[in-house]
Amino acid sequence: MEMKSGSNLEKMLRAGHFAFTGELGPPRGTNVEAVREKAAFLKGNVDMVNITDNQTAMVRMSSWAAAIIAIEEGLEPNYQMVCRDRNRLAMQADILGAYAHGMRNILCLSGDHQQFGDHPNAKGVYDIDSIQLIGLVKKMRDEGKFLGGAEIDTPPKFFIGGAANPFAEPLEWRVYRLAKKITAGVDFIQTQCIYNMDIMRKWVKQANEMGLTDKVFILAGVTPMKSLGMARYMKAKVPGMDVPDEIIKRLQGVDRKKQADEGINIACEQIEEFKEMKGVAGVHLMAIEWEHKVPEIAERAKVLPRPEV
Amino acid sequence: MIVADKKPVEEIIDYVTDCKNILVLGCNECVTVCEAGGKKEVEVLASTLRMCFLNQGTEVSIDEITLERQCDHEYLEEIRDVADRYDAIISLACGVGVQFMAEKYHSVPIYPGVNTCFLGATEKRGLWTERCQACGNCMLAITGGICPVSRCAKRILNGPCGGSSNGKCEINKDLDCAWQLIIDRLKALDRLEDYEKICSIKDWSTDRAGGPRKVVREDVQS
Repeated sequence: MEMKSGSNLEKMLRAGHFAFTGELGPPRGTNVEAVREKAAFLKGNVDMVNITDNQTAMVRMSSWAAAIIAIEEGLEPNYQMVCRDRNRLAMQADILGAYAHGMRNILCLSGDHQQFGDHPNAKGVYDIDSIQLIGLVKKMRDEGKFLGGAEIDTPPKFFIGGAANPFAEPLEWRVYRLAKKITAGVDFIQTQCIYNMDIMRKWVKQANEMGLTDKVFILAGVTPMKSLGMARYMKAKVPGMDVPDEIIKRLQGVDRKKQADEGINIACEQIEEFKEMKGVAGVHLMAIEWEHKVPEIAERAKVLPRPEV
Repeated sequence: MIVADKKPVEEIIDYVTDCKNILVLGCNECVTVCEAGGKKEVEVLASTLRMCFLNQGTEVSIDEITLERQCDHEYLEEIRDVADRYDAIISLACGVGVQFMAEKYHSVPIYPGVNTCFLGATEKRGLWTERCQACGNCMLAITGGICPVSRCAKRILNGPCGGSSNGKCEINKDLDCAWQLIIDRLKALDRLEDYEKICSIKDWSTDRAGGPRKVVREDVQS
C-alpha cells in the first residue's frame, strides 16, 4: 500500500488497526526531565503522541522542540501547529524543520484565541486559517512546492491531521466543514473531547452517509474527567465543550475519592462504543496533565498491547 | 464611517499641562456622528480643561473651533491665520485628521483627543460596531455580505472555528459568530453551496501587510 508519510499512525490506520493516540503538553519552561517523565507513561501505550502548541494560548516550550525530546524517548509525535502564532513564512519554515528532525504527523489547528491565555494583549497572526494550513502542508508534500511557487529541495512528507468539533454550532453544518477539510487534503481527524455521545453518533452517521469516513480516518477525542470540579469547569468555561448533565450526575453519584475512577469508567465505556462505531478509526486520548494515568486507562480500555506495524 | 472614542481627559491634560494657549479642534464628519469629536464634544472637553486649569490656579486660554473636515486641505486652511497663536492644538478628528493637521502646521504641536477605533456603524445611539478592516480586497460577494475579516476574532476565511457556541464567539458571549451569520445569510439566499467552496489563502499585501497604502486614480487627477 502506498504511504503518504510512512508514519506509525498512518501504517496503523491503513492496516485497519483501531488507533489509540495520546497527548503530551510541553512544559512552561525548559524542564526537559518533565517531558521525559511524561513520555515514559505514554511509551508503548499509544501509537502517537500529540505535542500541543501553546495550548490555551499560554506560552510553553515550542511544540517542535518538545517533539524532538519525545522522539528521543521513543515516541512518535504529532506535531501540532496553530495559526494564531505564526505567518506563512514561519509555518513553512517550521514544517521543514519538523520534518528534518523526524516528525511525520502534523495537526493543523486555528488555535484558541490569544485572549484566553497569559498574553491577552498579543497580536494574533491568523495569516491563514486551519483549512488553508491543511492545503499548504499538502501542497508542500504532493507538489513539492512552497506557497510562493518555488520548488522545495526534498519536500516534507507529512501525514496531515485536522480537528473537528461536532459540538460547536451551527451543528448541522459541522460535517460540511469536515468535508472542506477533506477537500483541502486532510488525512486524519482528531475530534474535540466527546461527552455528548448522542451528538457524536449523529455526526458520525452524517459523515458516513456523505461518504466522508471513506476518505478520512476519524479518531474520537476522549478526555477522562478527573473530578466533578473538572466536569463543571469544562461545561461552564471551555469553549466548544458540550458536557451533558448526565456526566455531572454520574460523578456526583460517587464518593469524592472515587470520582477519578468513575471518570475513567465513563471514558472506557466510550472507547468500547467507538471500537464498534462504523466510521471511527480510533481514539485520541487527551489525559490532560494526567499522563501518569495513561497506562491504567489503556489497560482498562483493553487497547493493549499496541499492534506492531 | 470611522469610529473613534474619547481619550481619557487625564491623558489629554498630560499633553498640554504647560501650555497657555490651546485650541480644541473638532471635526464635523465621522467623529461627530459617533459623538467623540464634534462641536458638542469640543465644548465639553474645552470646559473640562478650563475647570481643571482653574482649579490648578493656572491661567490658560482655550479656544474652540470645529471644521467641516480635518482630512481635507481646503477646510484646514480655514485656521491658517490663527494656528500660530496656539502652543497646542488638540484635534478631536480621527488619526487621519490629526496627521493632516500635523503635516500642514509644522510649528504647532498637534495632540490627539480621541482614539481612532475602526470602520463601523451605529447600531443604536451609544453603540458602534466594526464592519470593515479595509483589507483592500473585498470578499463580501462570497460570504453573503458579512465580513469574516473584520467580524471573526480569528479572521477565519473558512469558518466557523470550534469555539462557536449558541451563535456566539468564543471570546465573548455578546459577540455574534461571524460564520454563524454567514451561514444563516447564505441559507436565506438559498446559496449554501457557496459554503462548501474552500476560500483560498488571502493576499494580505493589499492590507497593512503591504506597507502604507495609496489609491491612485489618474482618470480623476487634474
